[in-house]
Amino acid sequence: MSKSTLTVSGSGMKRFNSIRRSTDIAYSILFILLALLCVIPVIFVIIISFSSEASIGKVGYSFVPAEWSTEAYQYVWHLRNTHGIPTVVMAFLTSIGITLVGTVLGLTLISTMGYVLSRPNFRLRKIYTYLIFIPMIFNGGLLSTYVINTQILGLKNTYWALILPLCCSSFYVIIMRTFFQTTVPDEIIESGKIDGASQLRIFVQLVLPISLPALATIALFLTFAYWNDWYQASLYIESNQHDLFPLQYVLVNIEKNIQYLANNDMAMSANSNALPSETMRMAIVVISVVPIMFSYPFFQKYFISGLTIGAVKG
Amino acid sequence: MKGTTPAKAASARKKRRFTQDDFQLFLLSLPSTIWYLLLCYLPMFGLIIAFKKYKVAPGKGFLWSLFNNSAWCGLDNFRFLFANNKETTINMFRNTIGYNIIFIILGIVLPVALAIMINHLRSEKLAKVTQTAMFLPHFLSWVVVGYFVFAFLSTDNGLVNRIIMSLNGTPVKWYQGEAVGYWPWFLVFLHMWKTVGYSMVVYLASIKGIDESLYEAAMIDGASKWQQTRYITLPMLKTIMIIMFIMAVGKIFNSDFGLFYRTTRNSSSLTSVYLTLDVYVFNSMFNNPRPVYGYISAAGFLQSVLGCLTMIVANAIVRKVDKESALF
Repeated sequence: MSKSTLTVSGSGMKRFNSIRRSTDIAYSILFILLALLCVIPVIFVIIISFSSEASIGKVGYSFVPAEWSTEAYQYVWHLRNTHGIPTVVMAFLTSIGITLVGTVLGLTLISTMGYVLSRPNFRLRKIYTYLIFIPMIFNGGLLSTYVINTQILGLKNTYWALILPLCCSSFYVIIMRTFFQTTVPDEIIESGKIDGASQLRIFVQLVLPISLPALATIALFLTFAYWNDWYQASLYIESNQHDLFPLQYVLVNIEKNIQYLANNDMAMSANSNALPSETMRMAIVVISVVPIMFSYPFFQKYFISGLTIGAVKG
Repeated sequence: MKGTTPAKAASARKKRRFTQDDFQLFLLSLPSTIWYLLLCYLPMFGLIIAFKKYKVAPGKGFLWSLFNNSAWCGLDNFRFLFANNKETTINMFRNTIGYNIIFIILGIVLPVALAIMINHLRSEKLAKVTQTAMFLPHFLSWVVVGYFVFAFLSTDNGLVNRIIMSLNGTPVKWYQGEAVGYWPWFLVFLHMWKTVGYSMVVYLASIKGIDESLYEAAMIDGASKWQQTRYITLPMLKTIMIIMFIMAVGKIFNSDFGLFYRTTRNSSSLTSVYLTLDVYVFNSMFNNPRPVYGYISAAGFLQSVLGCLTMIVANAIVRKVDKESALF
């Protein structure tokens, strides 16, 4: 029997073997409600960011504001740092830069380690397996990590503090290793060796090109982790280092920040009372969420394939 | 960890010299090895602070202070946690473990139930769209979610209070002590809101991988939809459920810091509700004018050791029951 007939009979069966109409309607309503529950807060915040400050005073945060306005975004644009660059633009660029550098560095570390662990004949394989495995169940805790990173590695108030702690993880290494073990045929690597290629060359020219799906998955995990990170910044970036702030950390510090920026901004000091602080923070929330909202549906399938690879245990 | 090679190959490998191939692989893994040594293993040695009376020597570096200026003090730091600071310590252990137990149970039951239900939906399109929407919270940071919560619960402008006011009720100060009873519910809700979609997709991916012919055979034998779920789907999901369970149990002394710290706005009158080990450590490091490194490190040490032990014990139990499902 050909594959196509199998699928056809399968879906035919599926139609026959399905839940009752009434149950289907109940399930559908339930899932529509759950979906709304997940999306509505985002819509709510978008609406708030486009309300006028006066409207907030009158009707509070509301799905139907008394008055629509883009003043929040205008003020956000006018908040400049000491170099005259809009703070939000600076933070946006910082976030993008950290995300890019971190993702590339992370992919390098994770894929090389995953590859090395996947080689059955590697002499140090056992030691390396332990090297990767132990941090999964034991760690130094926040305080020692913080002390080592700031006192010995000198990461305080640097971009590296936002990049290095997140760029590698044993979980991803194991996903990569499992992928290499199961989908990259040994023959390819052997053929490379026979042709006299070094391991680096085999890895870059033979293994990586056929591992793009797994690399894409890991890259996406890293990208979203970096974009959403505020924790590393709150550990390692002091609150007066405004130029180092990624977007998420601007949000963390926004209450203090709006005041600080308003005080520092000559052009606005005259009317700093009129600062739309309520709507402004929501505008920054929207700016940080919009790139995610519009990109993740396209990448979702890589996430799901990644989850399935990850489910294959180490 | 499975790295099972036949015994022969293993002994052959032992005799083998370090080849050029090994050397190249070693070089290839060198950057990640350095990363692991510096960012994972070095902090483990930092844990000796927990057994020292750490004092900063002015003008000297951390290492000098640690080794030359700080006396060993045995278990004094731990004694402090359980004697002088008893109430806080009990509170934070209760919260950490309590929330985690609730999260583990709901975090398996709800996503599995929803995955089974969404798989039964007749309209594939509806299933796709709702699944995508429910995946959204996973991609948002707790900072952002904190502002969502604020939009609803803000005392002056929040939607909830405005609705209460329009119904002539008294507004509630949600971030103050008077609302303390509501927050455990809020925290559980928020955790589920953020994680259910993601976990549902994990289970759905495994359900999709189940051989369709099993269901066809069951249907021909007259099994109802519920019987098919009970005797085919659930047993097939067992392994992944157990893996997720062990991973969650291994993290029972950790907490999702952002959930507890950001959504409550770190409000001091709500501390008793959201004080977990992670929050305690963070607060004593950054919101305490004179942090005592020894005590904080002791709390961190307990967290690491207990987490490690629970993980090993959970895995050992699973190994006893069903060897195939064990993680290592």
